[in-house]
Amino acid sequence: MDLRLAQLTFIAESHELLTAMEEALLELERTPNDPDALNSVFRAAHTIKGSAGVFGFDAMVDFTHVMESVLADVRAGEVQVDVTLIALLLSCGDHCRAMLEGIDAGETTPPEALLIAGHTLTEQLTAYLAPEAQMGDATAVTHPNPPPPREAEVEAAGGPTVSSNTWHISLRFGKDVLRHGMDPLSFLRYLGTLGDIDSVVTIFDAMPDSERMDAESCYLGLEIAFSGAVDKQTLENVFEFVHDDCAIHILPPRSKVLDYVRLIDSLPEDKGRLGEILVNSGALTQRELEAGLQLQEDSLARAGPGAVAEDQPKLGEILVHQGVVQDELIDAVLSKQRIIKERRAIENSFVRVRADKLDELITLVGELVIAGAGTRLLAQRANNSDMIESTVAAEALVAQIRDSALKLRMVPIGDAFTRFNRVVRDLGAELGKKIELVLSGVDTELDKSMIEKIGDPLMHLVRNALDHGLETPMVREQHGKPVVGKLFLNAYHDGGSIVIEVGDDGAGLDRQKILARAIERKLVTSDAALSDAEIFKLIMKPGFSTADQITNVSGRGMGMDVVKRNVEALRGSVSIDSAVGDGTTVVIRLPLTLAIIDGFLVGVGRATYVVPLDMVVECMELSTEDRQAIKRRSYINLRNQVLPLLRLRDVFEMAGEAGRRENIVVVQNGGQQAGLVVDALQGEFQTVIKPLGKLFEKLSGISGSTILGNGEVALILDVQALVQAAVGAEAASATRPMEVRKLASGR
Amino acid sequence: MHISTELTENEQHGKRQIGRTVIDGTLTIYDAAECKLELLAALASVTELDVDLSSVTEIDTAGVQLLVMLKRAATKAGKQMRLMAHSPASVEVIDRYALGGYFGDPVVISSRPGAQKA
Repeated sequence: MDLRLAQLTFIAESHELLTAMEEALLELERTPNDPDALNSVFRAAHTIKGSAGVFGFDAMVDFTHVMESVLADVRAGEVQVDVTLIALLLSCGDHCRAMLEGIDAGETTPPEALLIAGHTLTEQLTAYLAPEAQMGDATAVTHPNPPPPREAEVEAAGGPTVSSNTWHISLRFGKDVLRHGMDPLSFLRYLGTLGDIDSVVTIFDAMPDSERMDAESCYLGLEIAFSGAVDKQTLENVFEFVHDDCAIHILPPRSKVLDYVRLIDSLPEDKGRLGEILVNSGALTQRELEAGLQLQEDSLARAGPGAVAEDQPKLGEILVHQGVVQDELIDAVLSKQRIIKERRAIENSFVRVRADKLDELITLVGELVIAGAGTRLLAQRANNSDMIESTVAAEALVAQIRDSALKLRMVPIGDAFTRFNRVVRDLGAELGKKIELVLSGVDTELDKSMIEKIGDPLMHLVRNALDHGLETPMVREQHGKPVVGKLFLNAYHDGGSIVIEVGDDGAGLDRQKILARAIERKLVTSDAALSDAEIFKLIMKPGFSTADQITNVSGRGMGMDVVKRNVEALRGSVSIDSAVGDGTTVVIRLPLTLAIIDGFLVGVGRATYVVPLDMVVECMELSTEDRQAIKRRSYINLRNQVLPLLRLRDVFEMAGEAGRRENIVVVQNGGQQAGLVVDALQGEFQTVIKPLGKLFEKLSGISGSTILGNGEVALILDVQALVQAAVGAEAASATRPMEVRKLASGR
Repeated sequence: MHISTELTENEQHGKRQIGRTVIDGTLTIYDAAECKLELLAALASVTELDVDLSSVTEIDTAGVQLLVMLKRAATKAGKQMRLMAHSPASVEVIDRYALGGYFGDPVVISSRPGAQKA
């Protein structure tokens, strides 16, 4: 495999792991000692260390190793999780990201500044490590040859007395291990990075006389006492490469004495000698050993005089024992293989595809849709019913392809949301506010490119809400609110749009103050009758409230115009809903896709327009009665509801008179309804959106164009702008506060 | 790898002949076979052998095995074999295998009767 590709995967995966780690850390902050979260953090540090080692990013390995050591101590309960440690680990995560970016940029060693930063963090981390471990570090550093600078010193034989709290690892290496290019030393070294090697006893009993000894064969046996926060699987993985030609027995801490006896039986060396080795290595006490052997003899004695009398069957029994051991080993190996297989299956069900390939696919599907429409038109003209039937079938398939192609680009918005956990935490701490982030609708899907583009505006809104919306705990208490403020992020689908809400239960916007400010800045006249929604919209005017420190909305407008512009660039809209004392909610409404939509064709005069089908509520004929009425007013009574109307012929200033009949297309956007008066209804049409050129960018009421089957161009109506215009015009002529108020809340 | 041996003391009456072998460079699987022969040859010509490890730059498991083999061969022949002037590389590996006691003082590891037998 191309190394660069593998490296890219490493970087991508590490970023994912760091994100997971960050989430887990924040979870830990909420519920300290949550084992799942802790494991997740540990796993991230461990995995990154391992992969970084494969690529030889030593700085990364060293750094993550210290993190891992601290985390291991946390898991062992020796270090308590507190706010400072979490903050430290979060910074460590950031540091890892910084290093990853360096690696991504092709730096082989991190720049000095980064190294210094890393060193500072390492020092802070080391402070958490148990004193012995630090001593181990210090002594190990004196080794010039790189035993990683944290290895605990290996005790010389005759070492510590019983510490039954250790793993016991028994290894008999196969003769060919060295020839295969593996060195048991490297396993010992690696094992040393996982925890502390309390004692090693090296056994060369298998080595023959010097004449017969083959210098290239391996005669090594090791009895290792090991302590560290690992599971059996991890230890087995250490010896994975020699699994086939090596006898490995791993006894977990506090194993039964009989397990040790069984181990002794299964090993080739003399029983008494092995017993001594085990006692020496600290796995067993002398007493335990004797008791164990006694126990075994007793059970033999109970089995009957025959069993005792025969000396030979003991060998058989050893074999049986060995069989048991082997079975367990085989089971372990099998289950491990199964797990790996399953993991692979899951991995295989995802394919990483370059985004531009998807774009290309969608463009092609767009062309296919247009071509299909052309074919159907030809079939209709030829009046060939068979051909029409087949084109209809083809078109249905094309529609399915279109939908699946677009779905490929859809991703849940949750990822974009969860990164705010960190922002909320950091900013909350900085501002001295207690804030809880409430996420909902995280599974709501939208176009990936949209998620990327909406990130910055969302960040702006979240920061605004944290900084200006939510009050300090003290103020909240005074107002009788819960001390912990809430920040809501919500997403849901609404017709052809996705709605994203950023809300808080903070102070809310002060209508009067905004109005006063706007009048002062001559944005509105003092006698204007404005709805709440219109007033709140004022804060999205460029430069509004940049400097006024007196109002509690000071700064609230900062960058709101940027947010608005960004959202509008995505053919979306922003609205604000707020109530003093209850909080503020900013509602962002975005089209679901950027490429192809189901459209509804309407005709006005000789021109054809497309209304996005998702926004069409109903169609009806404009009655003669109403035709007369709308010459005087711009609304009709639809089932006792006021429906503002917009005559497209007037809006686009088209020449000519309407025909004998006119129709109304009732459209809906953001909770508001309006009727578009058109000449003809022409039915559904798969619409490939072609952007208008720069020249027409500012054109109001039109959001794009498309090509019809007959090759003509149809304009796509910007329903949102039209509805706003209709409602605005209607509201201006006859104020209906109730209705506007309802519309403004929009949910 | 380069192995050179010289006689440092030659006491004809007590039949005590002390040699000193210097291992220079790497003591690894790549040259283990050759090294084995040279070490045994060095041992054969003396009654006491000092193995100077000061110039050992790299030693692996095969190298450690050779030292163990030499030690055993010496013990079996009633000779003495001592490791001296350990280089850092050799200290690290001997430490890691916890063989310091075995080479330095046969009594420390009480569980080595097998070693003497062989």
